[in-house]
Amino acid sequence: MTTTTAPTRSWYKRNEIAVTPWLFLIPGIIFFALYVIFPIFQSFWISFHEWDGLGEKTWVGTANYERLLGGDRKFSISFWNNVRWLALYLLAIPMGLFISLFLNQKVFGIRLYKSLFFFPFVISQVVVGLVFSWFYLPNDGLFDIIVGTVGIDVSGGILGNPNTATYGIIAAGLWPQTAYCMILYLTGLNAVDPEQVEAARLDGAKGARMLWYVILPQLKPATFIAFVVTIIGALRSFDFIAVMTNGGPFGSTRVLSFYMFEESLSEFGFRMGYGAAIAVVLFFLMLIFIAYFLWSMYQDEKGAR
Amino acid sequence: MFPTPIEKRSRQWQLGYQALLPVVLVIWLLPLIAVAIFSIKPEADFVNGNYWGMPSSFEMFTNYGKVFFESDMPRYLLNSVFITVPTVIGAIILSSMTGFALGVYRFRGNLLIFFMFIAGNFVPFQILMVPVRDLTLDLGLYDTKMGLVLFHVAFQTGFCTLFMRNFIRQLPYALIEAARVEGVSEWRIFVYVVLPLMKPALAALSVLIFTFIWNDYFWAIVLTQGPDSQPVTAGITSFNSQFRAAYHLMSAGSIVAALPPVAMFFLMQKHFIAGLTLGAVK
Repeated sequence: MTTTTAPTRSWYKRNEIAVTPWLFLIPGIIFFALYVIFPIFQSFWISFHEWDGLGEKTWVGTANYERLLGGDRKFSISFWNNVRWLALYLLAIPMGLFISLFLNQKVFGIRLYKSLFFFPFVISQVVVGLVFSWFYLPNDGLFDIIVGTVGIDVSGGILGNPNTATYGIIAAGLWPQTAYCMILYLTGLNAVDPEQVEAARLDGAKGARMLWYVILPQLKPATFIAFVVTIIGALRSFDFIAVMTNGGPFGSTRVLSFYMFEESLSEFGFRMGYGAAIAVVLFFLMLIFIAYFLWSMYQDEKGAR
Repeated sequence: MFPTPIEKRSRQWQLGYQALLPVVLVIWLLPLIAVAIFSIKPEADFVNGNYWGMPSSFEMFTNYGKVFFESDMPRYLLNSVFITVPTVIGAIILSSMTGFALGVYRFRGNLLIFFMFIAGNFVPFQILMVPVRDLTLDLGLYDTKMGLVLFHVAFQTGFCTLFMRNFIRQLPYALIEAARVEGVSEWRIFVYVVLPLMKPALAALSVLIFTFIWNDYFWAIVLTQGPDSQPVTAGITSFNSQFRAAYHLMSAGSIVAALPPVAMFFLMQKHFIAGLTLGAVK
């Protein structure tokens, strides 16, 4: 009896459960490999060459890296600006938490308020950057007028002064990022266990102690995501700089992502090899964080099984 | 609930809170309110240094009319639509498949592939820039919308796969097993059992990807140039060099450029936030 059914069951039918996932994965994997995975390795390869993007690549070994790490002033400025971005961008997390605590009430119209507070995140960074650059205009800008009333005068305006320009851009970046962290915490606060809060209240906990010992531990998943997106956002900062100062004044607002773009694709010529080397350094900087994120996620996955 | 619900406080507290809300909101949105006012001011206000005061006349129609009929803005907007919509469709199709494969089946390498998608999603754009630009040139797609769409689809597949896979994991697995027992083939399970249940995830991802791609600037300037294929984010910056100090036109242009994702957000708010806060609650 079985011999009559066996030939009708094709190879595919017999192995359906093993084969199907791969059939579903193939298109996605091909695309992702072609545009994301391979290019990472190609960038490594290119970084050992001198290349104008058109002609032949010339193998130069580690010369690009030696030049980069051996006293390229533009590189060290960019690197330290990246560190500033990282450190100050993290302020978005406590600021977002603060606003979410302020808004976590049930009064008339609060839903509309919440979405309006979140608004800045939806707008493109190009537009936010433009708006802030007007806000910072020397003499005519609202910022200059406000600080002018208390007698502070930033020469050249915030963005025209090499000492303040980077901080001005980071402040602009913090605006949408805070909104993002706020929405993460609002969602987190929604899920805080009310019984635990009541129990803690009966035990006399309130205010800051309550926040620190009862609420924040429950907000841990939200804090983790806020941390991930803020770090990635800080290291990806490009749009704001390109729009607000284009790296200036005197190159003081460059970060690695911007410097890389400038070296590889600017009017000064196409130094793709050197650009790729900068990208590789940025990649390793990011890899520290990526590895940590992946490790945390892996721990969760193991726990889930 | 934390902090203590305001209903439990005294009447003064409640009134104080209600009064404080709009004040804080106005301060928070001040930059946006400023552009909105800029965009309806006449040019003369900026010449006379009246930047932040009341508009001396109401020029909304002149300014927005100029943006729509005397600049390349409509072309840029249309380009953005033709870049964003195909990307959303492509990324959703690819990632619902990869998410299904990674979420439903147990096989060797499952977690490895999953983590490859997540990791790729976090890398800095700059490490992809030179090779992707090169690849796009080789394919003859440099300065075309297609070139941008292909890259965006590939890159967004990483994030979307993470999202879809985790969503499918939360579906009741018994449904799939029941279908198998009935003899339903695997791809039919995907189409008739899993896909209908994934509607919330599809909606959330669509709005998120729409916003991400619409707001993309970096790849727009790396892979395209000029009004033939550049999206509105890149368009607005060339607009900026065209109308240097014409703040009234720049503001009107910026508002027009920012409007589609804003509209998307307000229309699909629930899905948008569900997508963004994925994983913020365990």
